[in-house]
Amino acid sequence: MSGPTSEAGGRRRARPTAHELARYEALFAARTRTMKSSAMREMMALTEQPDVISLAGGLPDTSTFPPELFAELFDEVAASATARALQYGPTEGMAAAVDCVVEVMTAEGTRVDRDEVIITTGGQQVIDLVCKALIDPGDVIVAEAPTYPGAIPTFGAYQAAVAQIEMDDEGMPIDELERTLDRLAREARRPKFIYTIPNFQNPGGVTMSLERRRALVALAREHELLVLEDNPYGLLRYEGEPLPTLYALDADAGGTRGGADLVIYLGTFSKILSPGVRLGWAVAPRPVLEKLNLGKQGADLCSSPVTQLFVAEYFRHRDATGEPAWLAYVERLRALYGRRRDVMLAALEEHFGESGRWTRPGGGMFIWATLDERINTTDLLALARTSERVAFVPGSAAYMDGRSGASSMRLNFAGNSEEHIREGIRRIGSAVQTQVGLISTLTGSRARAGAAPTGADAAPTPSGAGERGAGGAGAELADVVELPRRARGSARRRGDG
Amino acid sequence: MSGARNIVVLTGGRSLERNVSLRSGAHVREALTRLGHDVRAVDADGDVLGSLLAGKPEVAFIALHGRDGEDGTIQQLLEAVGIPYTGSPPAACMSAHDKALAKHLMQAGGIPTPDFRCLSERAVKQLGGAALLEEIERSLAFPLVVKPARQGSALGVKFARSREELPGALVGAFSYDDKVLVERFIAGRDLAVSVLDGDPLPVVEAVPREEDFYDFSSRYEIGMTTFVCPAELDDATTARAQELALATYELLGCRGVARVDLMLDAQTSELWVLECNVVPGMTDTSLLPMAADAAGIDFDQLIERVLESAFEHLAVPPERAG
Repeated sequence: MSGPTSEAGGRRRARPTAHELARYEALFAARTRTMKSSAMREMMALTEQPDVISLAGGLPDTSTFPPELFAELFDEVAASATARALQYGPTEGMAAAVDCVVEVMTAEGTRVDRDEVIITTGGQQVIDLVCKALIDPGDVIVAEAPTYPGAIPTFGAYQAAVAQIEMDDEGMPIDELERTLDRLAREARRPKFIYTIPNFQNPGGVTMSLERRRALVALAREHELLVLEDNPYGLLRYEGEPLPTLYALDADAGGTRGGADLVIYLGTFSKILSPGVRLGWAVAPRPVLEKLNLGKQGADLCSSPVTQLFVAEYFRHRDATGEPAWLAYVERLRALYGRRRDVMLAALEEHFGESGRWTRPGGGMFIWATLDERINTTDLLALARTSERVAFVPGSAAYMDGRSGASSMRLNFAGNSEEHIREGIRRIGSAVQTQVGLISTLTGSRARAGAAPTGADAAPTPSGAGERGAGGAGAELADVVELPRRARGSARRRGDG
Repeated sequence: MSGARNIVVLTGGRSLERNVSLRSGAHVREALTRLGHDVRAVDADGDVLGSLLAGKPEVAFIALHGRDGEDGTIQQLLEAVGIPYTGSPPAACMSAHDKALAKHLMQAGGIPTPDFRCLSERAVKQLGGAALLEEIERSLAFPLVVKPARQGSALGVKFARSREELPGALVGAFSYDDKVLVERFIAGRDLAVSVLDGDPLPVVEAVPREEDFYDFSSRYEIGMTTFVCPAELDDATTARAQELALATYELLGCRGVARVDLMLDAQTSELWVLECNVVPGMTDTSLLPMAADAAGIDFDQLIERVLESAFEHLAVPPERAG
């Protein structure tokens, strides 16, 4: 057969040549220039191999959900609502799913008005919709450092400038936040919202103290700034007493009305039930909610009625003792993950010892470990993956500039068996010891453990002493990372060589 | 075009560049299919030999970057089973893949390459680090570039601006290879010249979009760097860059296609050869296809020429199937 490259005629080739790529280049939106794939991400893709123990994932353990119950719930949906399940649903979500949200929020100690809830396709969609509603290119988002790695591509896609504020063991230091806001004001730059994960932060593993929660809400009200409170792990608490949500604190501060004025709450069924149902929600002041709703109409019209009805059925289900099944399941996850956290902490003590520092989360799924500043965890991952068959998330994934946090790593304890956690940490520890040994040889000195937010976050600090006292070195590290990066020229580019 | 051939595209593999290899392999396979060949892709992460023997291909197209594909491993295997393959023979692959060895050969062959020291992890452990660092500091001036000797992409490549930064940079590079080179940093313009069958293609320049020249990893990320081809250089510089690329290609004993990376010294306008890549990227945003395109060779023509180069050194070309 004759190839389509034949010289005769003006037939289009099936694949673009490099020359033709320039054409597409002119059509791509400016924001795609900030959407990047990094060597580190490429490497992460290689960790999904059967003999690699991965402590890298953000995964809950879905193997704990009883298959019989899964089948029973879908049977029930089929019997009672096949046609509705297969139909489009309302953009704001089905009433039955909103009922479940109200129930979860109540369990979190937060009262919500069901008219202020929108059901979304996972919590991730809330981040996207909030950016879509609030961010013009160059607008500033204030976030914690480190921050949720999954939010970074979203912030980048909306061309936000992100000011990251280094956390200590009580979360984001509010005095540092104030200084950042002042500085932005002097530079006539406009922060639109503050993004925070107050409970068992991903990836930092720290929890914002009650005093700081109060101070953050007060500051937001003073500056008329929105706060996006991302709370996927609030119910996964393994010790200590729950703290009020920022949403509840803002609603209380507002007085008369039920809802919050400036806090947008993000919740999800991913960690208390399953990420596979792809259901999350936002609770927001009405004017914001309307914009989120419009954005969602454009994005996907509605979240899946199939899974909304499945979740609704699940929340109606009672276990043998008459308890709501979902609460019993969360209780089970708590016991399971709590043990796994303890196993990981013990393993870190044994295998990292003095070569690192790590957070001691009171809940959630992640521990953040920081090593000697001369160890780069992206490089360490390359070594650990090949010589030890183990993986973790390098810290720089949690920074907008892709460079800071280079000596830290995120470790997931929730999604792995105790045996894998012990062995995984042993393997990472062995790679760390190799590097520490080399450093000692090269410098003739002992390696030092890096500074990290430490300490348990179990109970609220009654005195409020944390705010100024504990800030310390972390407070110095706040930085503003500009996005989008300046585009120059229109020549072609490549991603590999 | 020539007759249809039974071809295996070797792709994927186990190196850190697996994903790039998969993309290169997919593009090569599509082009070869369009050219009318009988093509089968083999992921080189398992029993490569078994797959090769089972399929009885008349030629292997190597789209395998990094370890195995570029270090001569696959080439030796193919030699052993008598299957012709694209690109350079084992000795050239081994010399080019090991940047330290390549630089030693360049120095001996009179090709300008930045001064360097090569360190092995064993030497560091046996001789002690402090003495080594002192020697490096005495003989090479900061800033320095630290690279794993045998790692294809920018992974593990670090700047050390001062003595304090050197241990961290070395430990990083040792994560990828137990052999590391420390090289004098040349500030200037980043150039690449691909050589196709002994003909140098137009020069490509990589222009970092950010002012931060000290971050190699972002330097090679999508959107962080723009590429200009042909590079805006005077004729003499272009000719010199092409001449050096060809000399490097010949010195190392390359065949088929290879890409030579150079620096144009901002201060002295001298050209320095950094390294030679024997399996250059074949994705549609890679440098080689870009350079070929600038020379009026489209992707399919490029692939066909690379394919045919697999037979050129053979005394008697094998029978064609089609």
